[in-house]
Amino acid sequence: MVHDKSVLLEIKDLRIEGYTGEVWVPIIKGVDLTLHRGEVMGLIGESGAGKSTIGAAAMGYARDGTRIVEGSKIEFDGMELTTATEGERRALRGSRIAYVAQSAAASFNPAHKIIDQHTEAPLHYRIQKRMEAQEDAMDLYERLRLPNSKEIGFRYPHQVSGGQLQRAMTAMAMSCRPDLIIFDEPTTALDVTTQIEVLAAIRDIVDQFNTAAIYITHDLAVVAQMADTIKVLLKGEEVEQQPTEEMLDNPQEDYTKSLWAVRSFERPQKSRPEGETPLISVQDVDASYTGGDKVLDGVSFDIHKGMTVAVVGESGSGKSTTARVITGLLPPSNGQVLFQGEPLPPRYQDRTKDQLRQAQMIYQMADTALNPKVRISEIIGRPAQFYSGLSGTELKHRVDELLDLIELDPSKFYNRYPPELSGGQKQRIGIARALAAEPSFIICDEVTSALDQLVAEGILKLLDRLQNELDLAYMFITHDLATVRSIADEVVVMQHGKVVEQGPKDKMFTPPHHPYTDLLLSSVPEMDPNWLTTLLEERGVDNVGEAADV
Amino acid sequence: MSVFVVLYFACLIIASCLAAFYEKRGPFILLFSLTLISFILGIVGGTGALRFVAIAAAVLAFAAGVAFCFREFLVVLLPTKIGKELKTAPLTAAFGLFVIFTYAIAAIFAPWIAPYGESEVIASSFAPADENMLLGADQLGRDMFSRIIYGARNSVGLALAATIAAFFLGAAAGLLAATKGGWFDQFMGRFADVIMSIPSLIFALLMLSIFGPQVFVIIVAVAIIYAPRVFRLTRAVAGNVVVMDYIEAAKLRGEKDSYLIRREILPNSTAPLIAEFGLEFCFVFLLVAGLSFLGLGIQPPTADWGSMVRENATLISFGDITPLIPAAAIALLTVAVNFVVDWMLFRSSGLKE
Repeated sequence: MVHDKSVLLEIKDLRIEGYTGEVWVPIIKGVDLTLHRGEVMGLIGESGAGKSTIGAAAMGYARDGTRIVEGSKIEFDGMELTTATEGERRALRGSRIAYVAQSAAASFNPAHKIIDQHTEAPLHYRIQKRMEAQEDAMDLYERLRLPNSKEIGFRYPHQVSGGQLQRAMTAMAMSCRPDLIIFDEPTTALDVTTQIEVLAAIRDIVDQFNTAAIYITHDLAVVAQMADTIKVLLKGEEVEQQPTEEMLDNPQEDYTKSLWAVRSFERPQKSRPEGETPLISVQDVDASYTGGDKVLDGVSFDIHKGMTVAVVGESGSGKSTTARVITGLLPPSNGQVLFQGEPLPPRYQDRTKDQLRQAQMIYQMADTALNPKVRISEIIGRPAQFYSGLSGTELKHRVDELLDLIELDPSKFYNRYPPELSGGQKQRIGIARALAAEPSFIICDEVTSALDQLVAEGILKLLDRLQNELDLAYMFITHDLATVRSIADEVVVMQHGKVVEQGPKDKMFTPPHHPYTDLLLSSVPEMDPNWLTTLLEERGVDNVGEAADV
Repeated sequence: MSVFVVLYFACLIIASCLAAFYEKRGPFILLFSLTLISFILGIVGGTGALRFVAIAAAVLAFAAGVAFCFREFLVVLLPTKIGKELKTAPLTAAFGLFVIFTYAIAAIFAPWIAPYGESEVIASSFAPADENMLLGADQLGRDMFSRIIYGARNSVGLALAATIAAFFLGAAAGLLAATKGGWFDQFMGRFADVIMSIPSLIFALLMLSIFGPQVFVIIVAVAIIYAPRVFRLTRAVAGNVVVMDYIEAAKLRGEKDSYLIRREILPNSTAPLIAEFGLEFCFVFLLVAGLSFLGLGIQPPTADWGSMVRENATLISFGDITPLIPAAAIALLTVAVNFVVDWMLFRSSGLKE
């Protein structure tokens, strides 16, 4: 079959403004975009670059508080969307242009069965009768390799896993056979092992139906697998656009090069000191939440002074629960945690002030980790005041010192509130708060996963520098193996609450591996555009879904 | 046909035409449908009905004008940050603020504003209004206007004290329950349920007949009745804050409950609590007025709106509106507070557009 390659979507000089309460400020500053039928374009950039805004504009939609400036042209298959009436635009959405959101779990209505939500659009547009639409849905589920394709649609959204839901949402977008689908970070919220299934499914279906797609993501390796062309955006402006292969091999602009270089940060691995008592020793810990099944089952590992131990695994593998046991939030049902050879009381309420001071935590979501109604000076100053009894000018000096340490200007940030800061700055404040206690051990719970790659790299470098200066030990909880590669000394791999493998990083990254470690490692997207194809061939296409359940 | 009717319709039609010409859809529909309805009203009710409509419209327009001016006045007077917030306030909220402001002035400066003393007998009973007495005299010949002014002080003051007490009790219990959790939370929750299961008016009457109708007893009784509602709201709001990571961080730091409540939880739950305060104030105010009406509230000769309604109730059968004046004072304040609360709820819930 010869695919039609005519121009489908043409955006010219797109300008979008957002209302700040007083004035309209430009968000998108004149972006051009041409998309042919069957073409997949990747939009990448940091948050705030305007990726999602452009994605929405391709449907002729501007979010509340934003407007498309006159003079912008959005031509979809010969129809000018900026001058079309709301009714005409609405008729396109769902039938000819579809949208796949980042969080399928939040986008499905939990009160209706998946298949009823799937058939809503075809029934609304009277394309199919209910029975036809349902059969078609099952066919699409089959093509997207969802298990039990005949039956899965009759479940409610909470009864299927996150990866399956994301695939069901892609199927739903396909229900009217649209000409264009906009994927807005469809795999960002998923584990690496589930991400692969979704990526493979999306790529196949887009190919089969010759659908054009705009694929929005901040993950370069993902976009390398999916897109035919890549457009790099920065602060609402286009940096460059090139076919994927060329873009990867030969980026022209400095900004693109810096994006490409992010993954190259790596520090030398330290080895364990001989014969020294480990700083933290987790010994044979079992734990469960009230009355439930065991979440942790015989977990043991050591963390030595000044070293970084990365704990990796999918969500639900017990990584964060281990952190809760160490901090004393969840007393273990069996086993104990030693600090410098001394057992720590299982409950944090029973620990001494000094024991609490020694182990600090940095959280994944800086938004919820910092009290929005408290000034930065107090957030950072409080631990110093609480543990060391500093006050007045001494306290101010200490806060200034800490702000300097995390590379933020004290005079600018001292009196501000967390909501006024960017994501990376908030995370730095979180680090400063942990440092204020002068700990010897810090638990970093997915500290970089909510951040853009450039910002995340800055945080990793900062953590590394602080470790060298202050001789800190880190327990680094993450599902991102690229982070592990760059910062870890030792690696602990967890699955279903058990430690499946542990050892120094270099050993962990060289075969032979435990099968689960192997699965995790091979699932991390690489920049090579043929990576996904090769991987699927190696694993055998049909068992992609099952591979995740090993 | 009188000149009034001609003018009335002329005004309406010209206004409708202007609205249509300037493409103001909402006002046009309102004005023109009013014109159509007025035809029927005029036929059924005669000139009187039309006059009533005109007066109602004039009163509304007057209230809107006052509200608008008062808002501009506040915007000019207050610091720019609060002023900017106020600029976005709807006219209803501005009107509410104006009424509350007026009541506060009346209550604070009552002895200087009122022409006569609170319980000073100056005329025969139920004397009609004259140039000395703006609103006539009550059943003992005391100046009605002066008593209304003093009533603002007593009724509003009492209700305010009782609401503050209820909030103090309820919010403290709610914050503690949310922070401590476990059996303490359960116990407080069930205790609140028990109090809420007792009908409020009967409970207040019971307390007042046991301990006697003193101001202190009224405040305590009302505080006990309304504290559980505040408790439930505070617990729910604080419950959402307690699960945040920054609370966990503070707990792991070894902070005491008092610090957690004061510095971490309270600043994040004030907005809904302030809105609730306004709402509860209305309920408390009505309950206190009700108690006074039943003779168990503030005791004579102290002026109080609730008891003033009861004392002058006999006049109603003679078609006199005097007993309705204190009732209207109560109604106006509750409506005004609700206007302001609506605006605050709207702001704190983030339901913008």
